[in-house]
Amino acid sequence: MSLGVGIATGLYGISFGALAVAAGLEIWQAQLLSILMFSGGSQFAFIGVVATGGVASLPAAIASAWLLGIRNGFYALQMKPLLGSLGWRTPIAAQLNIDETTGVATAQSNLPDTRKGFWLTGIYVFVFWNLLTLFGSLLGSSIGDPSAFGLDAAAAAAFLGLLWPRLKALQPIVVATAAAVIAVLLTPVLSPGLPILVAALAAVIVGGLNLFKPKMQAGEVQ
Amino acid sequence: MTLTLAILIASLAVYSWKFFGYLVPQRLLGKPMVARIASLLTVALLSALLATQAMTSQSEIVFDGRLVAVAVAALLLKLRAPFLVVVVAAAAVAALLQAVGF
Repeated sequence: MSLGVGIATGLYGISFGALAVAAGLEIWQAQLLSILMFSGGSQFAFIGVVATGGVASLPAAIASAWLLGIRNGFYALQMKPLLGSLGWRTPIAAQLNIDETTGVATAQSNLPDTRKGFWLTGIYVFVFWNLLTLFGSLLGSSIGDPSAFGLDAAAAAAFLGLLWPRLKALQPIVVATAAAVIAVLLTPVLSPGLPILVAALAAVIVGGLNLFKPKMQAGEVQ
Repeated sequence: MTLTLAILIASLAVYSWKFFGYLVPQRLLGKPMVARIASLLTVALLSALLATQAMTSQSEIVFDGRLVAVAVAALLLKLRAPFLVVVVAAAAVAALLQAVGF
């Protein structure tokens, strides 16, 4: 399971690499993101904002990547009691704390498998994600005009692919719709990258007040 | 700010969340409201990025072949196509429409 997840995730590293160089990053800069940031959503967000706003949008690119990384903190919270005493391996476990590792680890039925799943998936995803980022950026840099190859639409499709599995209830659908409308309408009036951050307020308001909440089933926790 | 510096800062910022989760006590972040906002934040940001990527150019709202490409991507996702297939198909549709001048 770990190897399969590693390869599948790595494959979309190809699109990340290609889109990163299309956004104006050097090949080694794209690689730096895959090694150091190592969080797909945040990486796509960073290059997405840079692609539309250039150097002026770098602060907004940092903020978008940071805000999208917040869920990794919650995965860490979930994994900490399962992984046991980590000692010096804590900083490494933290870096590997992403959607895929948490997904595989928490799908196991016993503790040894959970730990094995976490580490193996982490290592496989890291290796394939980085190898295929390199492949993608080399591929991307051999392409001239990115829009002629539909790479801007590919970036949008990549965001849709990341968003899709999260749209299973009314609350996230309302937030997604509101955020999209806010971001597009504010684009002509705010500086690049900012509309995305303002759109994030939709999550804070709907989540904070728990609007459009799902009806609870009897006996269901949260 | 240079691009490289921004990459380093952003990477450290993302890492801070990952590490933070191992440091803070469960009860601080385990609150339902905090967890709910965090998960909706992901949805809001991804959707805003998707929308601006598909419907804006520089600081203008633009409707072009990218929207059709995103619709094709949505259809493929509904049919459970793999991520890479979805991305490549969207790129192909947009490139094709651009080539015919849409």
